[in-house]
Amino acid sequence: MNNQITAVSEISPPQPGRLSLTLPSVLGSIARPVEDFFEWFGGLGIFAWQVLKAAITPPYEWRELIRQLDEVGSKSFPLVALAGAAIGAVLSMEARSSMTRFGAKALLPSAIVYAVFLEMGPIITGLVVSGRVGAGIGAELASMKVTEQIDAIEASAINPYRLLAATRIMACILMLPLLTIVADGCGLLTGWFAQNLVEPLSFHRFIESGFHGATFNAFLPPTFKTAVYGLIIGLIACYQGMRTRGGAEGVGRAATNSVVLASLFVILADVVLVKFILIVFP
Amino acid sequence: MAAAYEIAARRQDAQQEGSAPSVAVRNVKKAFESHMVLNGVSLSVNRGETLAVLGRSGTGKSVLLRLIIGLETPDSGSVCIQGQDIAGLALDRMGEIRKKMGFLFQHAALYDSLTVAENVAFPLEHHRRDMSKSERGDWVRQLLDEVGMEGDLGKMPSDLSGGMQKRVGLARALALKPEILLLDEPTAGLDPISSGEIDDLILKLQRERQMASIVVTHDLHSARTIANRLALLDQGNVVIEGNFEDLQESDIAFVREFLK
Repeated sequence: MNNQITAVSEISPPQPGRLSLTLPSVLGSIARPVEDFFEWFGGLGIFAWQVLKAAITPPYEWRELIRQLDEVGSKSFPLVALAGAAIGAVLSMEARSSMTRFGAKALLPSAIVYAVFLEMGPIITGLVVSGRVGAGIGAELASMKVTEQIDAIEASAINPYRLLAATRIMACILMLPLLTIVADGCGLLTGWFAQNLVEPLSFHRFIESGFHGATFNAFLPPTFKTAVYGLIIGLIACYQGMRTRGGAEGVGRAATNSVVLASLFVILADVVLVKFILIVFP
Repeated sequence: MAAAYEIAARRQDAQQEGSAPSVAVRNVKKAFESHMVLNGVSLSVNRGETLAVLGRSGTGKSVLLRLIIGLETPDSGSVCIQGQDIAGLALDRMGEIRKKMGFLFQHAALYDSLTVAENVAFPLEHHRRDMSKSERGDWVRQLLDEVGMEGDLGKMPSDLSGGMQKRVGLARALALKPEILLLDEPTAGLDPISSGEIDDLILKLQRERQMASIVVTHDLHSARTIANRLALLDQGNVVIEGNFEDLQESDIAFVREFLK
């Protein structure tokens, strides 16, 4: 007990002036993340400019672009198709009970078509690709960076922005809309299938009813907005990878940050793009 | 002493030809955050000459090579390659200068997703599109033959030892027939036999191709074997520059301690 009293008495009371001493450190702890935030965006802007300059000037890296189209497109195909299919089936099952309750069962095919084509297909494709491709690009480039392979490319008089970044970003931009069409198609198919299991309906009737009154133009902007997702995913993953420092830990951090930041910016871009599409294509 | 005359004669030849040094580093300073790595380093290397840069670990030897090839930019001072100041050059313009240079990285930095042959062919595929595939293949085989790796064309870098990786890195550095060769610790971590083989290879290349070379090394024996001139770095400055005998005769305490 005596020891405890002694220990308590040893704790010094707050000193006058201590607040003024800690204020700079508090301000410092706030300033640092703000500084990092602006530094990150500044770096991203410079990086994007370097990539743009490299992308529009010859020589063009066609072979690497084709390799990346395969890497981003073909290899993401099964995952995107599966995700799209799952979304279509779930939408059909969930929407059915709600729409039956409101007496709008006849509108179920339209609800599935619109939900899949306008929002679910594009956003699911964006998120799935930012997970698979974003992590892949981030980790691959980070690993090349820490083992000096990117320096070796530069030392061999090859522009790494052109060879590594521009090709990957371009592949993401070109492939995202195509993958979105795949996700949409699979979602539509499983949406019909789930509906057909409960209440038989021919695929022809489902499509006819689903697209009734819709114009082709209504579905183009939501599909092609995913090119912007592709730009975001490619740009952020390449930037995170090529600015990596610090060995294996840095590689892991680059891969994680690529996925987290790309997903976050895809979601934020979705909000902006939906509003933009509603204004431009009313 | 003969080596010193040879160096002087070569310098005189270069001056008479009116040509600028292959590499000229003038009063270069470079700091990383608050740590001053190079504090006013000046060096020059002429065609056919090999300069060995020696010094303790962390004295900025590798940074010096990275500055010369433009992977780092100096805080002040200038780096001139064949008379052209490389400061502020755009990446593509710098690329044109880099085509004249070969760089062997300390850990070889081979592309881990490519085979040995593909690694060596990599610069050729980008810069020698005029060569046919078979011509490129022949040149790659010849380069790998020169470095004693002709039997490992299809191997991946992960299947190679450190010494073998360095040989492949050297073959890649020579692919574009560079006029300037920069070697970062070519014999570090190698057994004495492999080190000797790499030294012999560098000497052979020097004799045959008359490149200007800068070799960063800790290995005094290797430096003495391959270089005409040595520069000793300490605390970001060149403490002494000359041939091996000049270093041996020096009264500077650091030089004497280093040579011990």
